[in-house]
Amino acid sequence: MAHVPVAKGVFTWPSDDPRLIGSRCAGCGMVTFPTQDSCPRCASPEMAEHLLPRRGRLWAWTTQEFPPPSPPYAGPTGPAFVPYGVGYVELADAVKVEARLTQTTRLRTGMDMELVLVPFRIDADGNEVVTFAFRPVGAAG
Amino acid sequence: MDVAIVGVGLHPFGRFADRTGIDMGAIAIRRALADAGVEWRDIQFAFAGSYEIDNPDAVVALLGLTGIPFTNVYNGCATAASVLALAADTIRLGEHDLGLAVGMDKHLPGAFSSDPRLYACPAWYGELGHFLTPKFFGMKINRYMHDHGISALTLARVAAKNYRNGARNPNAFRRKPLSEEEILASRMLNHPLTQYMFCSPDEGAAAVVLCRADRAHHYTDTPIYLRASVVRTRRLGAFEVHSPWLPIEETSGPTVDASRAAFEKAGIGPEDVGVVQLQDTDAGAEVIHLAENGFCADGEQEDLVARGELEIGGRLPVNTDGGLIANGEPIGASGLRQVHEVVLQLRGQAGDRQVPGTPKVGYTQLYGAPGVAGVSILSV
Repeated sequence: MAHVPVAKGVFTWPSDDPRLIGSRCAGCGMVTFPTQDSCPRCASPEMAEHLLPRRGRLWAWTTQEFPPPSPPYAGPTGPAFVPYGVGYVELADAVKVEARLTQTTRLRTGMDMELVLVPFRIDADGNEVVTFAFRPVGAAG
Repeated sequence: MDVAIVGVGLHPFGRFADRTGIDMGAIAIRRALADAGVEWRDIQFAFAGSYEIDNPDAVVALLGLTGIPFTNVYNGCATAASVLALAADTIRLGEHDLGLAVGMDKHLPGAFSSDPRLYACPAWYGELGHFLTPKFFGMKINRYMHDHGISALTLARVAAKNYRNGARNPNAFRRKPLSEEEILASRMLNHPLTQYMFCSPDEGAAAVVLCRADRAHHYTDTPIYLRASVVRTRRLGAFEVHSPWLPIEETSGPTVDASRAAFEKAGIGPEDVGVVQLQDTDAGAEVIHLAENGFCADGEQEDLVARGELEIGGRLPVNTDGGLIANGEPIGASGLRQVHEVVLQLRGQAGDRQVPGTPKVGYTQLYGAPGVAGVSILSV
């Protein structure tokens, strides 16, 4: 089965060492995710692509235990829906990123997390759509 | 120029299969006009709030086409607070003497949904399931509980209080008391928030007649003065809904900014307030908003709730009409429902849910997507 990213330009692809792609302001150093054309702090238009650290700490989290409304949600619904974790991971000196978490239990505010790519859904062409998520450092799988 | 509220009217909140949002708006307006003792033709200007209804000013087809300036407003979850602030400012500017603020909505059941690109979010953010408000509230209260020692039982107690207050309110959507045990045992939606800790989008309308304060006694013996009406939006670093990312730097949210500005304008403090209506999208939001609006320090909610201080007979009655948890959230009307309740409480007309001693100062707060808050302070 072919694998495709959920969208281009969100994370490095293909890559053995996936990184989220943010942008950094040449004027004030502000980092955003995903990339954007102007700085939300100083309004400078000089934003350059900036790869984000792979590891960070869990800043806030919850669980998503019901399928979000479709559209816009495009993932599995009905009996195929599997609850997932959601959180913000603080990537040091960069940004806090909102992401899926690979588990719904044994989560603690402040725990160390690392970026992984995970299967999200099968698209109309039969490709497996891959997205980014964070898992606790040292967790299996 | 000071502003007085001389009439309030409400269409009950809930589900009304055979009634349009415009019909509900007309009913709320007629009730507010009757309460003020004025006719529709006396109204010199109006503002109307709605999310679902493109042109709520079409209500003139049911009331009379009098040619007044009538402006439609949508401003996220602070729509009704924005309607009130704009109407009040029109009088403060001396533009008109007597006007109307109305809100109406008719939502489908279930969590709000939209196209993320309309909120400056990428399409993939919605595709992944992140463009959804309940999980934001789950994250916000989960972090708050971790930082400030709030228990899940406190969340259940807050929800149970609001269902209890709703049972005393004939206009409420949910009028069945629920126990703390039932609330905790209901389906987990977004940890730590269970189904019965959340409000639901629903239907309803509310209207307020405002006038120049120096003319108020022309209409009523019990004018309620609008001492402040403030709207604020998020600053960089606030933890807000629909944010694919947040900066490392942190700052307080728009509720804190709106609250401080409103207290400053009104020239009074939280200790003077006798009845409070807070945005309880979920039970955790009420807990957080108690502190964000200056009514307690972070973490004090655990004891305040356990001691019953937020009950109708307590020291600081909060959401005396059941709040959003018992009334649901028709976005355009929600904040004017809060004002309706505060006006009844300050007049001593709140019936079975009247706060003992009839409070002199009341407070309302709205907050929500996309990071907007509205605060009003009212007094006798």
